[in-house]
Order: sequence, then C-alpha cells, then structure tokens
Amino acid sequence: MPNVVTANRLIDGIVVYLAPDGSWTEEIDRARLAETEEETKVLEAEADKAMKARTVVAVYPMPVEIKGGVVDPLSVRERIRAAHRTTLTKDWYDVPL
Amino acid sequence: MYRYDEFDHAFVRERVAEFKDQVERRLAGKLTEDEFRPLRLRNGLYLQLHAYMLRIAIPYGVLSPAQLRQLGMIGRRWDRGYGHFTTRQNLQFNWVKLVDIPDVLAALADVEMHCIQTSGNCVRNVTADPFAGAANDELEDPRPWCEILRQWSTLHPEFSWLPRKFKIAISGAAEDRAAIAFHDIGLKIVRGPNGQNGFRVLVGGGMGRTPYVGQEIRAYLPKEHLLSYIESILRVYNLHGRRDNIHKARIKILVNQLGIDKFREDVEADWEATHKDAIDLPDDERKRIMSYFAPPDLERRPIRDEGLDQRRITDPVFANWLKHNVRPHRVPGYSTVVVSLKEPGRTPGDASSDAMELVADLAERFSRHEARVNYTQNLMLPHVATADVTALYDILHAKGLATGNYDLLGDMICCPGLDYCNLANARSIPIAKEIAKRFEDPKRQELIGPLRLNMSGCINACGHHHSGNIGILGVDKKGTELYQISLGGNPKDDAAIGTIIGPGFRAEAVPQAIDTIIDTYLAKRSDGETFLETWRRVGAQPFKEALYGAG
Repeated sequence: MPNVVTANRLIDGIVVYLAPDGSWTEEIDRARLAETEEETKVLEAEADKAMKARTVVAVYPMPVEIKGGVVDPLSVRERIRAAHRTTLTKDWYDVPL
Repeated sequence: MYRYDEFDHAFVRERVAEFKDQVERRLAGKLTEDEFRPLRLRNGLYLQLHAYMLRIAIPYGVLSPAQLRQLGMIGRRWDRGYGHFTTRQNLQFNWVKLVDIPDVLAALADVEMHCIQTSGNCVRNVTADPFAGAANDELEDPRPWCEILRQWSTLHPEFSWLPRKFKIAISGAAEDRAAIAFHDIGLKIVRGPNGQNGFRVLVGGGMGRTPYVGQEIRAYLPKEHLLSYIESILRVYNLHGRRDNIHKARIKILVNQLGIDKFREDVEADWEATHKDAIDLPDDERKRIMSYFAPPDLERRPIRDEGLDQRRITDPVFANWLKHNVRPHRVPGYSTVVVSLKEPGRTPGDASSDAMELVADLAERFSRHEARVNYTQNLMLPHVATADVTALYDILHAKGLATGNYDLLGDMICCPGLDYCNLANARSIPIAKEIAKRFEDPKRQELIGPLRLNMSGCINACGHHHSGNIGILGVDKKGTELYQISLGGNPKDDAAIGTIIGPGFRAEAVPQAIDTIIDTYLAKRSDGETFLETWRRVGAQPFKEALYGAG
C-alpha cells in the first residue's frame, strides 16, 4: 500500500501533502507517493526538515490507494481532511464516502 | 451585564500582547511546536483536522450587541463567514490563521472578550441558565455568581494546573436549564431554612468516557461562603485527583472512588480549617458585581396582543414557532425568544456572520441590548415585548432563524464531529442533518412532543449524548463509522444517563433507527406522556424488539 506524507501548514493550519518537488500542496492528487517503507522514510526525513524550517506541523505518513488514477486515502478521517471542507451544503454526505 | 473595569481592560490587553509575542517567536523559530502548544491552548487555540480552531469565551452565555456584531466581523474578516456555538455557551471559529490570531484577540479585547481558559486543565467558562434574569420560575439571577466565579477563577494561582479541566454550571430557577448535574460542580440557588437564598451544591457529575450524575455534597450553602467552599472542593481534588491517567483524572472519578460521604468529609474538614481566613467575597464587592445585573427597567404591559392573537389563528407556522420558541418572561407583557440555529439542513449551532449581525441588531431593537447563547446551541433574545414578537418573527423567518422546534426532536445538540475535530472517531453533523430532514414536518415533531436528541462524534461527549432522551455516539469500528444509540438520558432535575440499547448502526441506518424508536414510543405512550416518561414506564424491551427483533 503506498503512503503519502501529510501535515498542517504552520501559518494557517491548512491540510497539506508533500509534493514530488519538495513543496507542500493542498491537493492530495499532487502528493508524492512512497511505494516502499524505505521511500516512506525518505519522505518523512524531508518532512522533518520542513517542520524544523517551520513550514508545517503535525507531520505523519498515511496509507492511500490509487483508484482509477486518483489518490484515495484509506480512512474516513483522511478523506475528510483531503476534502478540506465537508459540511456547508444541505446534502447528505457532502463528501462521498 | 458586567462591564470591564480598568484592571480587566489592562489584564486582557497585556495577555493579547503576551500571546502576540509568543506567536511571533513561534513563527521566527524561537519556540518549537512542543513549547508553543501549551501556550496556544491556554489562549483557546487548537490545531484541528482542517485548520486552527479558536474557542472564544462567552461568559455564562451573555452577549451585548457590540460583542455579537464583533464576532460576526471576525468571522467574515478572519474566518470563512461563520462560527459554531458550543454546549459550553462558547463560540468556535474553525478556519482562523495562526498569523491572524493576535489581530483577532485584539478585536475581541475591543469588546471585552477573550479566549483565556477556554482550554487547559483549569476552571472553564462557567455556564448558566440562558433564561437567567428573565425566567418566570427564577428564585434568583445566577449571572452575578457566575461573574464572581469567573473573576475568582481567572488565573487562580492554586487552580491553574488541575489534574484535568473543570466545569461549573449555575441555575437559579425551578427548572434546570443548565444541565447542572452533568458538571464537575453544579450549583442551584435554593431558599434555605432561614429564608435566605443559598446554594445546593452537586459535585462529580460529568459525561465523557465515564459518565456520572453529580451527587449532593451540600443541601444548603450560605451564599457568602461560595468561594471558600468551592476552593475547598477544588483543593481536595487538586491534592487527590489522579494525574497518572487522563481518563481517570476528572473529579467525578475521585468522588466515586472515595464515595460522596468521604469526599464530603474531606471537603468539610478543609473548609472548616481554611474558610475563616479564605477569600469569601466582601459584601461591597458582591454588591458592586450585582449592580451590573440589575434587571432592565421593563414596564408591565398587556399580556395579550391582538395582532399576535390574530396571526396565531391565520398562520400555523407562526403559531408553532410561538408555542415552542417564545417563553414566558417574569414581567407580564414580555417574552424570551429562542432564535433557532436548527433549521433542517443546517449544521446545528452554526451561525453565519450575517446571522450574528442580524441578531445583534434585533437585540438592540427588541431585547434591551442583550442576547444569549443557550447550551443547546441556539441564540436567544431575553427581553422582548409581546407586542414586538410578530415583527421579530417576520425578520427571523426571512433569514431561516425561526424554526419552531425548540426542545423538540429537531433541536438536536451536535458536536462538530469528524468533519472538524481531531479527537472525533465519526461524523455527527451529516447524521444530524439527515435526521432533521426525516423529521422536518413540524406536525410530526409536535405529535412527538418534547424530546432531547443529543449526538457526539466520540466518547468525549461534547454533544452530551449521555444526557439525551435519545443519545447517539459515533465510534470507529475497524475503519467504519458506527453509531451507538442510548435511550433515557435526561439533563434536567431528575438527571439520568442514557442506557445503550444494543449494537450500533451504520451511518445510513441511523435515521431509520430513530424513526423506529419514535414509532415505538408513539405506540406505547399513554395520554400526555413524554418520551422520557414512556421510557421510564415501559423500559428498554419494546425498543429493543422494534430495533433488533424479538429474541
């Protein structure tokens, strides 16, 4: 199961993901995938540097699967985080889960 | 309402400056997150699922129009145009940026507000009956005592690092509308044997993982001894409460481990030894604080209004709202109006900046410059002339703030759940919305009668599920959201903790399960019985059979 590394941006707390170019993106589809444990450790080390540089806080890796070319978090919690906003409309299950 | 004096203003401004410096040091790398976290929490700033959340104290749920308007402005300028009123009568903004927090705190200080002690292991915002000073069943207005406790507890050196957070609620009325039995300390103003008002003191109530109904530690405490007696309770808790296990650290665990008699004995011994020298409030200071809460000068007016009576006959939606959301006032010719934040489809307790500003305007125009927050997550206008009720309704109705469901099934308490909260295991808001849609018909809610439905997205119970006549608790079972239903809880005078009725339901099955419970109640109830009364008479079996089948 591939992993991505997620965090909250320090200045505004918004959910972000580590991107292939070392930047942090709000879009999970643009996150860098780690296919192995070793690759995950590399991403975590990079994220640790970003934490020390005060770019992000609350860093952790999380498992995802690729469905039809789209990055899909495994847990409900992470799907909600990836959606960024979930409750403003009047529809049942605003975020399809 | 209470107005800051020079000391209060200076204290809050100093605190804003201090936190501004702490934020700057964090952004400059002079503080690590581990160092910064306790500092931001002491100022009500959490890092939640999607962003920072700022919890603003609304002391005992009382707001001036200027304060409510400022909250609306803050929501629009620094958040996303809305906020969430909580069961602690506070307001939470869900999307504030760390870099903006010093400006937000300064804007709050401009209207005599702050976020101090809205988090941390200290005495939190003291809550009160939201009808205080207006209710027709009130013995004494509890707000001055809330204010006295607020001033006493703010940065209290002995009680700033308790084993765990500490919540106090006060009611001064015959009916408990503040859920005092579910607080660490619950105070009810009662008439004593000498004819003087004092406090009945409950201790050790609470929700969360291990719910307890508070037990009586004193049937009558003379008012002048409130501070010293509460100090003794807190001192015993501070000395003996557990600090090794967060799940066993609340005072309710200590009270129930020692037993109420032993706990009382310890408190009384401490009080006997200390109260003569302790800080019981000087009478002059008590009178000074009382003076801020003098009742508004309301002239008695006719209790009937022809226009209102006519509208009641011709407009059934208005009549329904009038019946449920307009409550009698202690002064004839006035009412207290509940501004519903429970329109079906809306997140319970959320208010837009526009709505906050509108209610601020209405408080000025119709309610003697005062608004309230109810712990059931509605706003209120406490002093409305009956002759103005129709005009007020038309304005609220046009903005979706006049749903006539106060204390009915649609008036659900609902925590932010997994849509916002880092601690949550499951969502609560979408479930509440779907239940609201299913029971949208006012005639059906009317048929069902008074019913408190409370929902939490985790065991911490911010949505008070334990005290709901119907309680819903979201849990995470192997990656799936599952909802446990409990029945028979009650937040009022004969307080009770709900009983889990059986295995949990998947999210999409919850509305039908509630429907089944309601149908069972309607089939079993005797004339005039509320849901709670029927539950207490027939017990769990009929509900279990309806939900899970016989056998």
